[in-house]
Amino acid sequence: MAKSKLGKVFSDDLGKNNPVFAQILGICSTLAVTNVLRNTVIMCAGLVFTTALSNYTVSLMRKYIPTRTRMMIETMIIAVYVIIVDIVLRAYLPDVSRELGPYVGLIITNCIVMGRTEAYALQNPPWLSFVDGIASGIGYSYVLIAIAVVREVLGSGAIWGIKILGSGWTNWSILAMAPGGFFMLAIFIWIVKGRGAKEEEVKAK
Amino acid sequence: MTQGITTTGLAFYGVFFASIFTSNILLTNFLGMCSFLAISKEVKASVGLGVAVAFVIGITSVLNWLAYYYILVPLDLVYLRYIVFIIIIAAFVQLLEMIIERVSEQLYNTLGIFLPLITVNCAVFGAVLFLIIRNYNFVNSLFYGFGSGIGWAIAIIAMAGIRQKMARSRVPKGLAGPGMALIIAGMMAIAFMGLSGMIKIT
Repeated sequence: MAKSKLGKVFSDDLGKNNPVFAQILGICSTLAVTNVLRNTVIMCAGLVFTTALSNYTVSLMRKYIPTRTRMMIETMIIAVYVIIVDIVLRAYLPDVSRELGPYVGLIITNCIVMGRTEAYALQNPPWLSFVDGIASGIGYSYVLIAIAVVREVLGSGAIWGIKILGSGWTNWSILAMAPGGFFMLAIFIWIVKGRGAKEEEVKAK
Repeated sequence: MTQGITTTGLAFYGVFFASIFTSNILLTNFLGMCSFLAISKEVKASVGLGVAVAFVIGITSVLNWLAYYYILVPLDLVYLRYIVFIIIIAAFVQLLEMIIERVSEQLYNTLGIFLPLITVNCAVFGAVLFLIIRNYNFVNSLFYGFGSGIGWAIAIIAMAGIRQKMARSRVPKGLAGPGMALIIAGMMAIAFMGLSGMIKIT
C-alpha cells in the first residue's frame, strides 16, 4: 500500500501532473539560466533540495501552523533552505554562484516550492511529502535540462562548456538570449500537449 | 541571463530607461512569469495588477535598500538578507492592503484581489536582489525599482491586449493558452531587445 502510494506520487509528478507542463508553475527563476547546461543542472539540484526539505519540514509542522499566517511561515522555512544552498554554492562553486547571481535567492519565490508545500505538504505525512518534493523537483528539472541542452548546443555550439560543433557552426545567438528561452519552452509545451491531445482523440474513438 | 553588470557610474535616467525597456525584468530576466501567464488574459485585470506591481516594486526596492545598507551591513547580518527582504515585502503588501481597504473601497475591489499575489511575485523580490548585486546607490535604486515596475506593467498590459485580439484566431490545439503566450512573450522580448542599441546597461 505504502509502496504503491509512493510510486503514484512519483509517476504523477513526473508525468501527467508535471509542474511545468500541467501547471506552468515555477518557470520564473530557472528558465533564465537555461542558456548554459551547467548552471541549469546546479540550479535544479538546489531546487530539488529546497522543495524536498521544505516539504518535509512544513509537513512535520503542519498541525501547528495557523492557517492565517501559513504563507509567511512556509516562506520562512523555504528561505532557510535557500540560504543553505546559497552558502554552499558560494563556498564550493564560487564561479557558478557569481554567474547565477540573484537567481539562487529567487528559488524562494519559485512557485513550485510554495505550490507543493501549500498543495501537498499541508495535508500529507512528512515522508510522503519529502518524496513528493523530490519527484516534482525532478519532473521540473528534466524539462529545464532538456531546454538547456538544446539552447546551449544550438546557441553556442557547446555542451557543458565544451565545444562540440566544429568551427564551421554559426551560433544561433537568439537561442542563447532571452527570447530563445520563451520559444524553447513554448515548443516543449506544444509537443507534450499535442501528444496528449492525440491520445485523447484515439481514446474517444 | 546573468551578465556581470557594472552600472555604478550610470546616471539615474539611464538606469530608469534601461530597466523599463532594454533590460525589462519580465522579458529579459523572466521574473514574474507565473502571474504574467495567469492574469494576462484580460486587459482590465492586467492594468490593475500592473499598477499594483509597479507601485510595490518601487517602494519595496527603496525600503529594502535602506534595510540592507543601514541595518544588515552594519550588523554583519548579510547572510540573512533573503529572509529580511521577504519579510519586508510581505509586511509592506499586508500594510498596503489594510490601508487601501480603509481608504477606498472601490480601489480595494479593483486592486485588492491582486495584492496577495504580489508577495510571491518573483519580480518584486528579483528587483531587490538585482539592485543589491549591482551595487546601485540610493537614487539609482529608486529609479531602478520604479522602472522595473513600469516595465513589468507595460509588458503585461501589452500582452493582454495581444491575447485579447488573438482570442478568436485559430491556434494549434497543443499551443493554445500558455504555449501561445510564451511565443508572444518571445516576440515581445525580441522587440524590446531592438532598443538595446540605444543604451548600454547589460
